[in-house]
Formats: sequence, C-alpha cells, structure tokens
Amino acid sequence: MSRIETMFSRLKERGEKALIPYLPCGYPEPGSTPGLIRAIADAGADMIELGVPYADPLADGPAIQEASLQAVLGGTRLRDCLETVAGMRREGLELPVALMGYANSFLAYGLEKLAHDAALAGVDGFIIPDLPSTMAAPWVDVFRPQGLDLIFFIAPTTTPERAQAVVEQGSGFLYCISVAGVTGERERMPEELERFLDEVRRRTELPLAVGFGISHAGHVEEVSRYADGAIVGSALVNLIRRTPADQVEAEVGRFIGELKQATGKAQHV
Amino acid sequence: MNEFYGPFGGAFVAETLIRNLEELKREYAAVREDGTFLAQIDRLLREFVGRPTPITPLERLSGERGGARVYLKREDLTHTGAHKINNALAQALLAKRMGKKRIVAETGAGQHGVAVATACCKLGLECVVYMGAVDAARQAPNVQRMKLLGADLRLVTLGQQTLKDAISEAIRDWIANVDTTHYLLGSAVGPQPFPEIVRDFQSVIGREAREQLLQAEGRLPDAVVACVGGGSNAIGIFSGFLSDPAVRLIGVQAAGEGLESGKHAAPLVQGTLGIIQGSLTYMLQDEHGGIRETHSIAPGLDYPGAGPQHSYLKDSGRVEYTSATDREALEAFRCLCRTEGILPALESAHAVAHALKLAPSMEPGQIVLVNLSGRGDKDLSQAIEALDKLELEGARA
Repeated sequence: MSRIETMFSRLKERGEKALIPYLPCGYPEPGSTPGLIRAIADAGADMIELGVPYADPLADGPAIQEASLQAVLGGTRLRDCLETVAGMRREGLELPVALMGYANSFLAYGLEKLAHDAALAGVDGFIIPDLPSTMAAPWVDVFRPQGLDLIFFIAPTTTPERAQAVVEQGSGFLYCISVAGVTGERERMPEELERFLDEVRRRTELPLAVGFGISHAGHVEEVSRYADGAIVGSALVNLIRRTPADQVEAEVGRFIGELKQATGKAQHV
Repeated sequence: MNEFYGPFGGAFVAETLIRNLEELKREYAAVREDGTFLAQIDRLLREFVGRPTPITPLERLSGERGGARVYLKREDLTHTGAHKINNALAQALLAKRMGKKRIVAETGAGQHGVAVATACCKLGLECVVYMGAVDAARQAPNVQRMKLLGADLRLVTLGQQTLKDAISEAIRDWIANVDTTHYLLGSAVGPQPFPEIVRDFQSVIGREAREQLLQAEGRLPDAVVACVGGGSNAIGIFSGFLSDPAVRLIGVQAAGEGLESGKHAAPLVQGTLGIIQGSLTYMLQDEHGGIRETHSIAPGLDYPGAGPQHSYLKDSGRVEYTSATDREALEAFRCLCRTEGILPALESAHAVAHALKLAPSMEPGQIVLVNLSGRGDKDLSQAIEALDKLELEGARA
C-alpha cells in the first residue's frame, strides 16, 4: 500500500478526515519551503501537495498563477522540488507528498528519469491538472512500477461513463473538483457537491478529496462531512502573500491547525 | 475523428473541460453529415463573407523578377479582411446548434477577434474576446472594430501579454463557464477536436484555390506558400493539395529578428516536442519545459506552438517549414503595395517574402500560389513606423 493510501486508511480507522495543504515550492522565496513544510506538518496536516512552479498554469486562478510565476522567476524548478522533498525526508518528514504540476515540466524532465528520481526523493505521487486520464496511459505505465500514485481529477462535468474510466485508472485518492472553474478562494461550497461526491463514491473504493475554492475552516468542516479529505491551496497562498516573512511560519501553522481542527468537528455533528 | 496525428495532438486539458470537448466532437461529427447545416454555412460564406475569393496573378511582379509566376489566393478580400471569418462563422453556427449563448475567443492580431465579434452579431450570440495588452496596443484599429461590434473585450496583462496569454485566459473563462459557453478557438492549435474543426472550416481556401487554378491555368501549382503561426490559413490552403505529391507545400514562420537572435516565433524550425495549451506538438520551450517568449512584428504569428497537424506534416516531410524575418516581411509588405496595389497583413507578408525569394529560382513555366491570408489595414501605423526606421538605417549605412 502506498504512503498516501496508508494515510487515508489510518484516518478512516480513527474516523478522521484528511487535510491536504497545497504549497508552491520556492514561494515566496527559494529558501522558504522547508520551513513552511515543517510548520504545516507540525500543525497537523495529513499530506502535502507541493506545487512545481510553472509560468503558464492553465487550471489555476490568479493567486496560484502569481505565486507560481514568482517561484519560477526565483529560479525554482522541478529539480529543486525533488531536492526539497529529499531533504525533508532526510529530516524525518513522514507525511505523504505529491507533486502538483503541469504536464510539460514533467515531460521536459523525461518521464522515466522523473519516476526514478521522484521515488528516490521520497515523493509519493503526482497531481497533473492538464493530464486527463484519457491521455495518461504512458504516464501510468512509467510511474506505477516505481510505486508512485497518479492522482486524477473528477469534475462536476465528468459524465458517469467517464467517471468509471477515471476511477479505474486512478490511485492514491481522487481529486474531486468542487466547482467548474479554476483554483481560487470562493464564498461558499456549491450545494450540489455532496450529491456529486455520493455519485463518485458509488463507483470507487478510492478516498475522495475535495479541492478548489476551500477558503476557511467553515468550508473544511462542511466538506469533511462527506469527503475523505479537503485540499486548501489559494487560501494558504494568499495568507503567505500577505504575512510578513518573520511571522509567516507561525501564521501558517496557526491557519493549518485551525483547518485541521475543522476536519474533526464534522465527526461530532 | 483522429485524436492524434502520429504522435502529435491529443487533448491535454483540465478534466472539467473534457465533457465540452466530447460534446463538441459529437456535435461536429453530426453536422459533417448534416446537409442542411453545411448548406447554411455555404450560404453564409457566399452571401455574407463574399466567397469565393478570387486568385490574382501578380503580373508586374513576376514580369520584373522572372522565374515562376505568382498567384495570390485573396483571403484579404473576405468580409472582415482575413481568412479567420471562415472558421468563426462556421463554429459560431455550430455553437448555436449546441445551444450555447455565449462565445469566448482569443485574438492575437485582432483578425480572429473581429471575425468572431462579427459572427456573433450576425447570429445573435454574446461575445467575449481576450486579447493581450501588448497586441491591443499594436493593433488599435481592430480593437476599435471589436468594441464597435459590441464584443466584451478583455485585455490580458499576464505573461508576455500576447496571443498565448490570451488563449490561456480564454481557456480559464471556458473552464468556469462550461455550461453556457463555447470557446471559439481561431487557430489550428489547442486540444482536439479544435485543430481538426478549424482545419475543416478553413479547407474551403484550398478547395477553391485548387479549382480556380485548374480553371485559369489548366494545371496545379508547383508550390503553395502560406504563413504559419498556429497555422490555420496554412492548413486551410494545404489541405487542398495534400494528396497532390507533385505540389510542394511550404509553411513560413516568423523569424523575427533572426533565428540566431532567439527572438522569433518559429517552433516548426527550431522547436522541440512538448505540451502547450492542450496539444502535444513542436513548441519553443526552455530545458525545464517553460514556454519561451516569442517575437514577431506580426502578432498573428507571435505564438510559441505549432498546430499538431503541422508538426506531423513536418516530420512526414510532406510540408517544408522555413521562416522570414521581420525585415523581410516588411520589405514584402512594401513591395506588394507598390508593385501590385495590394496591402497584405504583416502575417501574410511573411509568405509573400518567401515567394519573392522562391519564384526567381524556378522555371518561367512554373506557378507559385501564395495564401494572402489577410489585409494589412490593421498594420498601417506599426508597419509605416517600422519601414521609416528601416529607411533611416538604410540611409545611415
């Protein structure tokens, strides 16, 4: 069982839900990431989605676009992301880590080499928003033998026939997009989200994590009622952007702690 | 429908968009068989666009320079002034049939934006156009036209603020409005089925030109030349001659300030394989897979990726891809004006520039057909300024 699957099944035994923060690697500064990962891990996050900076992130809204560009301009590349993960593993980081990035960064690195280097660095999986399951067969063939999960998306627009095909190819968990759109903070979670998750759950044993638009503890609490995990990206990026450098780790820790607590509240309703 | 051309193409897009792409594929497969729909397009092309566009022999130019005779396929004479209208009208009609009320589009030179805004007026659809702020500044007349036509013009200030960035924003808009909106992509790029649909809707150029030349000369051309940015006008005219192995097909990309300067937009000459905006194709990228900045005086060619079918045609050897610099394009622009009284778009001037080099090296009995994809009114202020600069440099040297 992969580290990601193990994490979800342990949480399930305990009746808990996962909190999965998204952190762009190399943001706001090239050297910021290890400290932020520590703060996130210490505050109780269950997994980390580490963003590989790309200057043209098609599925992302303004917050992540800007952060991603800043990280690219700061010189952070895929190689640096792998080294960051390897360094954190040497320090003893045990949380599962997935790299989130765009297909062309991975392709340019070379898929075979990437699968090898990523496994060696202690990466557990990949989340690639512009790689739909229909295009992914060659990637699955290279990544799976190295024990790397390829995490696919299910969108509210995914038809039932297609959902079937997606769940059959996916591993680790399924990334359920809360709303048709790009990443970014939103006022509220869509009303039809719960029904959408129920539909997906009927087709798969894979854990379901919800992302896009989850902005505060209230959202996390709501999503934790029916999903196995909540992914928080833009809200964290926005917090990092507006917090002075000397307070950012403390603030991030506080925010993640609050969100993690919200995953538990749902249990007592 | 082919998802790939050899290894090129595919649909590397967010899951949210897959349903719309599938829907578009299904609907397009249905209309291909639908005589009423096709007749409706034909009628619009005839009555509204002004098709067929003529072919024009360049008699003075060929007389002066010798070699092969040059014909232009006059897409500049279509309503709105460029080939873009062929695809814009047909896709807008398709969108309407799918029940979409809102159209989003990108534009580089503004020709596609104007064509889409026009089609939306004609068919009663809401129109949003994304345009890079840099392009908007250099194509002011088209900006004004789009606004007059009632389009909601949104300037993109991200990235290089040119065509690629406009496409990214249009795609993001589409992801957020999948139910109501059709993305009316204007070039033969992006995820399938767009490259296929755009090619088919532009293939009228090649069909007409082939027939017209057969009628005028009783024979096929020896070479067909077209400029290639994303590649829609080129694939449109090439598609009429792909099965004629004796006809040389030549795509001309933007060499900008020279291929060696790195400031160009010639992915089919100097690109490598990668995924750009939904398609696996030749593109300009750095070693990390980042999209490289491009440069061309012609905004419609200022794009870092090639349409996937062009990548395939390059590798198969059926089409030769070459390039012309900003300077060569400007000189061709002036030459065509002065010698033949035709003002080409700066994009099309790249094709003319290559034909001017090619024709004198050929036999007098031979024929070169050039796709004059658009007219140059939009380029006047930019071209005049650049030409003045060239003359100054010439005087100094």
